[in-house]
Amino acid sequence: MTVVTVRKSEVKKIIGNKKDDEIDHILSMMSTAVERMDNDIIEVEVAPNRPDMLSEQGILRALKTFSGKERYSKINVNKSGYKLIVDKSMPKDYPYGISCIVKGLKFDDEKIKEVIDIQEKLGATLLRKRKKGGIGLYPLEKINFPITLKGLKPEEIKFRPLEFPRELNGKQILSQHPTGREYGHLVEGWGKFPVFIDNKKVIMSMPPIINSHEVGKIDENTKDVFIEATGTDYELLKKIMNIIVASLVDIGGKVYSMECVQINGKKENIPDFTPEKKKLNIENADKLLGLKLNDNDVKKLLGKMGIDYNKGIALVPAYRVDVLHEVDLIEDIAIAYGYDNLVPSIPEISTIGEISKEEIIKNKIRELLIGLGLIETSSYHLTTKEYQVDKLGLKNNLFIEVENSKTEYSILRKDLSHYLLKIFGENVDVEYPQELFQIGSVFGGKNGLEEHDSLCIALAPGNFTRLKQILEYFGKMLDLKFEISKTSNFDPYFIEGRVAEVKLNGKFLGYLGEVHPKILKNFKIKMPVALLEINLEEFFNK
Amino acid sequence: MDMQELIESLSPIEKKVTPFLSLQSFDEIIEKSGLDRVSVLRALEFLNSKKVIELKIEKKKIIDLGTNGIYYKKKGLPERQLLLIAEQGPVSLQNAQKQSRLSDNEFKAAIGALKKKALADIKNGRLIFTGDKSDIVKKSLEEQFIDLLPLEFDNISAEQKFSLDKLKDRKDIVIITEEQVVSFTLTKLGKDLVKEDLSKIDLIEELTSEMIQKESWKGKKFRRYDVESQVPKINGGKEHFVNQTIDYGRRVWTEMGFKEMKGSLIQESFWNFDALFTAQDHPVRDLQDTFFINSLGDLGKYGKVVDSVKKSHEQGVDGNKGWGGKWNTKEAEKLVLRTHTTCLSAKTLYELSKLPKEQRRGKFFAIGKCFRNETVDWKHGFEFNQTEGIVIDKDANFQNLLGYLKEFFNKMGFPKVRFRPHYFPYTEPSVEIDAWHPVRNEWIELGGAGIFRPEVTIALLGEWIPVLAWGPGFDRILMDYYEIKDLRELYGNDIKQLRNIKIWKK
Repeated sequence: MTVVTVRKSEVKKIIGNKKDDEIDHILSMMSTAVERMDNDIIEVEVAPNRPDMLSEQGILRALKTFSGKERYSKINVNKSGYKLIVDKSMPKDYPYGISCIVKGLKFDDEKIKEVIDIQEKLGATLLRKRKKGGIGLYPLEKINFPITLKGLKPEEIKFRPLEFPRELNGKQILSQHPTGREYGHLVEGWGKFPVFIDNKKVIMSMPPIINSHEVGKIDENTKDVFIEATGTDYELLKKIMNIIVASLVDIGGKVYSMECVQINGKKENIPDFTPEKKKLNIENADKLLGLKLNDNDVKKLLGKMGIDYNKGIALVPAYRVDVLHEVDLIEDIAIAYGYDNLVPSIPEISTIGEISKEEIIKNKIRELLIGLGLIETSSYHLTTKEYQVDKLGLKNNLFIEVENSKTEYSILRKDLSHYLLKIFGENVDVEYPQELFQIGSVFGGKNGLEEHDSLCIALAPGNFTRLKQILEYFGKMLDLKFEISKTSNFDPYFIEGRVAEVKLNGKFLGYLGEVHPKILKNFKIKMPVALLEINLEEFFNK
Repeated sequence: MDMQELIESLSPIEKKVTPFLSLQSFDEIIEKSGLDRVSVLRALEFLNSKKVIELKIEKKKIIDLGTNGIYYKKKGLPERQLLLIAEQGPVSLQNAQKQSRLSDNEFKAAIGALKKKALADIKNGRLIFTGDKSDIVKKSLEEQFIDLLPLEFDNISAEQKFSLDKLKDRKDIVIITEEQVVSFTLTKLGKDLVKEDLSKIDLIEELTSEMIQKESWKGKKFRRYDVESQVPKINGGKEHFVNQTIDYGRRVWTEMGFKEMKGSLIQESFWNFDALFTAQDHPVRDLQDTFFINSLGDLGKYGKVVDSVKKSHEQGVDGNKGWGGKWNTKEAEKLVLRTHTTCLSAKTLYELSKLPKEQRRGKFFAIGKCFRNETVDWKHGFEFNQTEGIVIDKDANFQNLLGYLKEFFNKMGFPKVRFRPHYFPYTEPSVEIDAWHPVRNEWIELGGAGIFRPEVTIALLGEWIPVLAWGPGFDRILMDYYEIKDLRELYGNDIKQLRNIKIWKK
């Protein structure tokens, strides 16, 4: 979710003088939930499928049609007669570039900030942190046409990057300029870096990293701009260009297209605001939404979403990126209809409910242990090496690790035992006896990637006899015959001679025993502890 | 209470203590009655509640010597022991410690103390006496303080408090204990009671099995209990409160005819993301947000569904657009800790695709743990609970989806909900559910839902049938009901909290 700020005063110009909670409601129902409202500031959330609303203009444009105040008006495009040529020296993985011109803008500080802001937001979201491309704006008067987009060796590139005191070459930009340092990894490994060069051989920018300070900086004197977008996906660039141009038109700009020639020879006038035709079957909309709509209704509803409709064909504005399928239009119909006008209803479909057999058995075990006065605990599935290795004494190499954990919880728990011991250690001042159990998934076995349900019981103070009584009691209740026998091969945290292995149908389930005092000390436990942990899978298989 | 009733209600220990009440001294009663301290105190508390006496219990903090303190009082504090050695002339640290026989910790503390008082210094690894001869005989403030113990905490001077603070930080030199000072006065009723002769009163204390059989209770009176007196608290066994709520959620879904889905917490990216039409370059698939396990799963076992998912990503379904670009199998094989239970719904659709067409319908739910790579604080955590549901039916529609959700959240304790548009990569139309929070007076987000996109349903089920799907979080409900403000408390396992927390009453 990206947060976009709009002025309340601008919103009120469209929907009238409404109270805050009404404004909140209208914006929320348009799919832009209000995060915060403060004096003239409204912060709304814009979802990733609507990059065309990543600016105040975008939101106001949507609101104008949504509120029924205006119908969407077509954007007029004139030809500029200028050309952009993409040279085959461009990096193979970054081959596309397009551009156009918008004239008659009046920039002030506020507007410059807005334009940079929408550029940044599109770069971060739709262009995936510029991985898929970049966008640049330039004052038109400083540029001489035609423009070429080509690849140059980093050391051949020399210009003064934006807000930097002196000229740098391509390599230096990556190491010395802050934006170069942030995005340098994107061009790593490219033999040649892309640059825009004008007819006088002036380097205008090095996309997708940085513009030239001399010719690529918008200020309050700028009225006409040259806009370019470069990247990996041609269709995406066209959409992005449409989104930016549409918001510049909203603040008074006039659009002039340029002929853009790609490496493969493809020529196209950019921008192209021809709406996309999409078939819409009203029956499908009715079925999915549970409504009965006619052609006129649909025309009105889609109109509220800025989409023209005529006899089964929707004309989707060229800046919308989210309409992949008919269902995307159907959602727009639902939003226009108003989610709060829909009637929640449960159909009479007879089906039979069922709880999984694993949960039924786990609940039975729970009931039995609770009846014996035990308290159930619940712990994280992730845990720390400190507890599993240092304190419990398990070997270091048995664990499934997660990558790049933001906390010290970096492995999946191998057992529940260490968590129950940890709980004892953290509750030494709480009234005894403390008799606990836990049921949950544990991970990693002899075959590596294993995951199964486990039961752990821990008693403090506890002894072998009482715990064996508990195990035998619930074995009897569940009609399971546990085989409890002597073993010399056991987990290292038990006292030798006071630990037994537990089997069911000849299958090993786990151990039952008293915990060694040196382990108790590791966990800062002052009471003797009896501990049992068994695998529950065999229970479920029965 | 009249005198007769009072006498009949006296327990054996009260009876024993009563004759000595006129002594007006707690300690003397202990001595004369032959009862221990605890019993006498209990008797006095009983008598207090019967208004026989007025009991006053004051707490007094006493500072006394700890185990090390007792030893040091005899042998001298470590710094004193060390000072006596240093005074003999410069000595290596090693020898100083050997001669003094101090432990490492004591030795360190002693050197620190001497340096602070400018009595000694270390030069070239040797301990050197730097004080004045007169300092040696003079007792330090701490030593003087130790000599005076025990002292009452509330009565010590500022200087003594200073010494205490220094010594408190060191191991077992001083201890502070709380002592009770018990005193009482007899009331008018009490004064009358002590005049009574209690020795002739014969009341049945405990009703024994023998008495019942021999009927020996006949003609006797039962000692009256103080039925209003406090009794010690007990604790019972209990299901973890999170599980109580999950159990209830499970019941609500099954009552509405849903069948439970189960599955692993470790999943292939394929089921967690790709099957749900989440583009391979979507930011949620960054290490930043999702826990990846450094190991690949095997998609081979899922057969042709892998191809149909690939196709829906690259080209879309039934003549529409997909995400474009190349879909990479390796990316889909990466194992993750599931970020939502929706992966279970995806698998269920795939399982249904194996059935004959007319059987590809039903209602399924899951409640389970999900993960996200997140730091931990009061409102964030790396694990959370989610409830999942899908309805597969050719006649199901968006208003039905709202109906199921409304019903579920009403039952979970949120009578007022609203629905607003939202976005998820795998549903369309999508919806976010808010509940009205009457105390906070605002809408709170409960979670998302929608109808699976054709790119999901057609790829997994093999045909387009509306699949209503939802996956709201569960923890919000939990925290609200149990009045928990800090997410970490859900799995803190504070035993006191587990014993005292209210149960889920629905």
